[in-house]
Amino acid sequence: MYETNYHRAASIEEAAKLMGTVAEGKYLSGGMTLIPTMKQRLAAPSDLVDLRHIAEMKGVTVDGRAVRIGAATTHEEVATSAAIAAVCPAICGLASHIGDPHVRHMGTIGGSIANNDPAADYPAAMLALDAVIMTDRRELRAENFFTGLFETALEEDEIVTAVRFEAPVKAAYQKFANPASRYAMTGVFVARRDDGVVRVAVTGAGSSGVFRHQGLETALSANWSPAAVANVTVDDSDLLSDIHASAAYRANLVKVMAKRAVAAA
Amino acid sequence: MAKITMTVNGRQVSGTCDDRTLLVHFIRENLGLTGTHVGCDTTQCGACVVHIDGQSVKSCSILAAQAAGSSVTTIEGLASNGELHPVQAAFKTHHGLQCGFCTPGMVMAAVDMIRRHGSSLDEATVRTELEGNICRCTGYHNIVQAILAAAAETGGVRQAAE
Repeated sequence: MYETNYHRAASIEEAAKLMGTVAEGKYLSGGMTLIPTMKQRLAAPSDLVDLRHIAEMKGVTVDGRAVRIGAATTHEEVATSAAIAAVCPAICGLASHIGDPHVRHMGTIGGSIANNDPAADYPAAMLALDAVIMTDRRELRAENFFTGLFETALEEDEIVTAVRFEAPVKAAYQKFANPASRYAMTGVFVARRDDGVVRVAVTGAGSSGVFRHQGLETALSANWSPAAVANVTVDDSDLLSDIHASAAYRANLVKVMAKRAVAAA
Repeated sequence: MAKITMTVNGRQVSGTCDDRTLLVHFIRENLGLTGTHVGCDTTQCGACVVHIDGQSVKSCSILAAQAAGSSVTTIEGLASNGELHPVQAAFKTHHGLQCGFCTPGMVMAAVDMIRRHGSSLDEATVRTELEGNICRCTGYHNIVQAILAAAAETGGVRQAAE
């Protein structure tokens, strides 16, 4: 790891202020991606501003079906939140399968979505749940937030402070994990609102990161059943192809995972 | 340079290190506690698992500075008064180790697993939860048996106390 300077912020305001005083700073949350990346010298921020101790960014609030999760809330906290499980167990299940238990004790939802790894799980949930990403200066709908591979709409010094969404009546996430890395080779999050409208988001498969699948949404909005997936065509031209899986294989996985998710919801 | 103060195995410790120093190196080199191992150094093998404020974490992927002010428990902090911790004793009884390199991380992971699941821990859960700990000798079988035995023992004790 190249040299860096560590700063710990006690408030969102202090974090933004610290970031304004340094050359090439990066916000640090759980650090489960950033620290390994720095160790490999693939990232070399001059300064790190640690957000993990900011009380106002932690915790979960559930009011009726409105869920708000602070950005510094760990995967373990989301996975074991009884309040969230009562209205949207799908997101608890998703969080419980990120990394391993030790990683889940450090990694946070804010860090995951700000990093927008194309194989990360949370971006699919945010997109399918039509979540609002709250920052220190504005609110962005998930579909305007995730802009490409490891790219988001965030400004350099902008901080994700929380996410909020309305719990759908039905939701589930299914992923086909890479046997070695356990990252999603394809993961599908399905969410059905009480008016019957279904949103389907896919992670791990798209060459530009997380995306919604129109064909699956239309089919499942018309007929909420695993069988409805059978006649949907998943075009593989914009899907990732690598040593782990070809684009055609991933296209098939999108359907299989969607089917399993609807069955599990 | 960072001046780091934290509680390690119940004792307050201080040391000076680079801001970029990893917690595992601070523990091993500044504090001389070499029970915590560096295996893969890429957040995968779990030989470096310690507890921060009661939760298992991979100390090769955390800066010492991030852990400043926290309470850290390493493998050296488990035994008390010369008596092995029940999880350590179970690893010994069930021969849950061969070369021993992964063992500190396995034991720390097991203690955390039992904390979260208690005596309800079953074999499938143990195997799933060992995802972040790699052993190249044992085939995991005896490690799983050791964890289940320790869970039955200590979980039972906790139930009796309640």
